[in-house]
Amino acid sequence: MKGAIEVRGLVREFKGGIKAVSGIDLDVPAGQIYGFLGPNGAGKSTTVHMLTTLLPPTAGSARVGGFDIVKEGPAVRRTIGAALQEAALDPLLTGREHLKLQLALHGVRRTERGGRTDELLERVGLRLAADRKIGGYSGGMKRRLDLALALAHRPRILFLDEPTTGLDPQSRSALWDEVVRLKRDEGVTVFLTTQYLEEADVLADRVGIIDHGRIVAEGTPASLKAEIGRPTVEAMPGEGTTQRELEGILARFGELQPSTSGIAVRLDGQGGLTEVVRALDAAQANVAALHLHSPTLDDVFLAKTGRSLEGSEEPAEPEA
Amino acid sequence: MTAQILHLARRSVIRTLRQPANWITPLVFPLALMAVNTGGLDAATNLPGFPSDSYLAFFLAFPFVQGALFATVNAGVDLARDIQTGFINRLALTPMQSGALLVGHLGGVIAMGFLQAVWYLAVGLAIGVRLESGILGGVVIFVLAVLIVLAFGTFGALAALRSGSTEAVHSLFPVFFVFLFISSMNLPRNLIETEWFRVAASLNPVSYLIEAIRSLVIEGWNAQALALGFGISLALAVVGLTLSALSLRSRMART
Repeated sequence: MKGAIEVRGLVREFKGGIKAVSGIDLDVPAGQIYGFLGPNGAGKSTTVHMLTTLLPPTAGSARVGGFDIVKEGPAVRRTIGAALQEAALDPLLTGREHLKLQLALHGVRRTERGGRTDELLERVGLRLAADRKIGGYSGGMKRRLDLALALAHRPRILFLDEPTTGLDPQSRSALWDEVVRLKRDEGVTVFLTTQYLEEADVLADRVGIIDHGRIVAEGTPASLKAEIGRPTVEAMPGEGTTQRELEGILARFGELQPSTSGIAVRLDGQGGLTEVVRALDAAQANVAALHLHSPTLDDVFLAKTGRSLEGSEEPAEPEA
Repeated sequence: MTAQILHLARRSVIRTLRQPANWITPLVFPLALMAVNTGGLDAATNLPGFPSDSYLAFFLAFPFVQGALFATVNAGVDLARDIQTGFINRLALTPMQSGALLVGHLGGVIAMGFLQAVWYLAVGLAIGVRLESGILGGVVIFVLAVLIVLAFGTFGALAALRSGSTEAVHSLFPVFFVFLFISSMNLPRNLIETEWFRVAASLNPVSYLIEAIRSLVIEGWNAQALALGFGISLALAVVGLTLSALSLRSRMART
């Protein structure tokens, strides 16, 4: 499979010697969704700005759609669409005017602009709000228009920089559906940055985890989770069964883990959930609730960086 | 590139029209100030050597320059807002040529400047001012007014591109105003008695812009005044445009 995005040793250093991106390597095959996961300030947006030609790299190289991001910037821009972190829209223009301007600047013929505008507005569910000024749009509507603008010229590669930050669950879900549809129906390669574990887990074919400007882990969500650990079983004692009795049974299956509501054990491979249930039954232990927790990408982040991604935050990425 | 410029100029005009304060103020305020000054300084026409019997005709050049000032600051603020909101990045992600952004933006400013000039001249003619230079002089006034708007506009754009801040562009307004008031707007330079003021007005390029327009209204065809007016506004436009283009290059550092 031909690589849609190929990155080698990409570095971006800002004034004062601050390295926002410290030599990353990436390969995103065509037609895949790549989830770029990391806390705020980890270097995600700086990477996107470099790959979309908005920011020259300090060192390293990258090709997007087969074009060098430094030497062939205009060709890269013709190939990609991008919705950056801030839905940068003009509050005084309507949704339709935004799309027509975008299409015109991309050189789409006047005769085609009207039809394409209607098609995009319909697709992102903004047909009824098309002639309203953006100042009156909700956050979700702005994000949807932002996506439509990024898709206006039918790009092969789409960059979405934290597209769902600040969205309500319904808007987030709608945007996820559209991203999946783009990949499935149109074969668009999507490079998606996010700080939401669930988003990367649900959408991405492959995930790269970035921290302090370096990629600390990369692979499919399943392989990354499998790499760092096994599932945890958590049991809550029922009537007539003590915590100590449960501990004695569960401890046979692995290392006990801290739990606020019961007894938890990380399975060590000696048995799975079935064996745990059989052992509890054999010991006639009464269990009020039993949960199986699979490892999450947060566990992966924890294992690779020593801290949890949830709530983890670096200083904001510096300005160029 | 021409099409890109036209699309961006159109956007600039639409933005201005949708912000009533941005077009009502330049249309009303300079004329209001003209009314006040004309009422208060009408007796100046009795000064020996005053070049006109009508202070209104003498002062009509002022709204053109003050209107250009308003248009400039508004345009600079709009550009700075594009930088602050990241809209400039959206434009940078298209195949748009960098120069088109600047020229398109200034195109919108010029369009507004032209409409303002039509309005000021129409009001002036309606209240009795007669152009000594005739109809052709009116056309030259429009051309010069547009050139002045362009010259000032480049500096508004420069401030926006250098600072990326609407506040910084707003702060230009008092500076421009000082230039406007320390000029020959109220009296011909040779009749200003306070020496430092006369020297400052003579060094102030705004004086020559006002005097060029004024000459077409009250004198007819004054080659020297027109050469200075056109020359200075053209020089300002070239310097402003060059500096703005350089600032745009660093502001839009795309590859």
